[in-house]
Amino acid sequence: MIQTKKLVKRFGLKTILRGVDFSVAAGEFVALLGPNGAGKTTFLRILATLSRPSLGKVRVAGFELPRDAAQVRAKLGVVSHMPLLYPDLTAEENLMFYARMYGIPNMAARVTEVLEMVGLELRRKDLVRAFSRGMQQRLAIGRAVLHEPQVMLFDEPYTGLDQDASEMLDNALRYVAAEGRAVVMTSHDLARAEDLATRFDVLSRGVIAASAKREELAQTNLLAFYKHSLEEK
Amino acid sequence: MQDNPQPSTLKATLAIFLKDISSEFRSFELISAMLVFSLLVIIIFNFALELEPLVRKAANAGILWTTFAFAGTLGLNRSMSVEKDRGCMDGLLLAPVDRAAIYFGKTLSNLAFMLIVEAVTLPIYSVLYNENLLRLDLLVVILLGSIGYAAVGTMLAAMSVQTRMREILLPILLFPIAIPVLLSAVKASGGLLTGADFSEVATPFNLLLVYDVIFIAAAFMLFDSVVEE
Repeated sequence: MIQTKKLVKRFGLKTILRGVDFSVAAGEFVALLGPNGAGKTTFLRILATLSRPSLGKVRVAGFELPRDAAQVRAKLGVVSHMPLLYPDLTAEENLMFYARMYGIPNMAARVTEVLEMVGLELRRKDLVRAFSRGMQQRLAIGRAVLHEPQVMLFDEPYTGLDQDASEMLDNALRYVAAEGRAVVMTSHDLARAEDLATRFDVLSRGVIAASAKREELAQTNLLAFYKHSLEEK
Repeated sequence: MQDNPQPSTLKATLAIFLKDISSEFRSFELISAMLVFSLLVIIIFNFALELEPLVRKAANAGILWTTFAFAGTLGLNRSMSVEKDRGCMDGLLLAPVDRAAIYFGKTLSNLAFMLIVEAVTLPIYSVLYNENLLRLDLLVVILLGSIGYAAVGTMLAAMSVQTRMREILLPILLFPIAIPVLLSAVKASGGLLTGADFSEVATPFNLLLVYDVIFIAAAFMLFDSVVEE
């Protein structure tokens, strides 16, 4: 569902990604781990069509980037630490707006379905401005799954959330992942990543330094694997 | 998981326009700032320039377009900042629509905000300056000038909003580039306000039309690369 080969990204003279080989199959939930400045967000922005690769091949949902960016966008849901929602519109109006932008048929029914999924059906007429950070993030997930994407990208979705909100987000993420989508999530929260992901990749200094499936980590814990990957690199 | 039909550019443009209008009519952040600024400018000019009636007639067009241009810049800056600050610009760029729809949607809403402010400012100006500005020929010139200003301003606001100096950068970029539109608009308005026939202001009027078309076409072609990271 996602495949990159020798992906390089440069900003001027600075090389952020130095040949990333990465793939995710349908139904896989990959936690992309790494220290600050490793290039996780840049990598996700390339997959999300928001940035162009400097070199290398990128395929998402069967389409090549950047050539088929419009087709990829139709198959992609993105949640970042910013909710991408309009504070002066209600929850329902925000979702209706994005439903129009994605050409979703039966918009009203789909919006109701999504609001129920993220547990905000009773707050549908409330302005997003009045929502807590956790509620905004749940609505952001609703926005991202509105068009039933095949690929989901989460960039540090837990940033700024308290414990209760994080647990609610866990449930929303499990729900999203359970539907056979390919999911990639960047996070600094190893405990949450360990709880949710089926595979763990460590991005360090612009390359994938290590990769392990959940069952391969049975003998050790994620923290030890992560530290070992960074030391090796 | 299903394949949805890609929305047409027109539908996406309308969706963005309606979203901006609904959002603004709830907060009135942008329109109120533009309006207060416009009124302050015309009141300050009214007291500062205690001119002879004839000289004042000649200065009207300049005062009017200075007011519209500065107030418009306030609106353009704010309209794009709202998209950028909450990451909503990424939300728009992630949608599977032609990016021209984003440009036209934002331009239409910026134009609507400018026209609303102008609709309130013009009668107040007429009273303060004892000059009837609510004339069809003048309103057409104001409409065309605002279209050109919003067209080039929206593109430059999308560019400047990505920088740290966005509040300063937009006027620095916009005013020199918008000079052809502003000059034509001032010339055409000035001619009409000093009693010239429409045929006498045909040249600046036609130039205004041509600049509108050029600015819309250029901004349409450049917008994609402006918003690309």
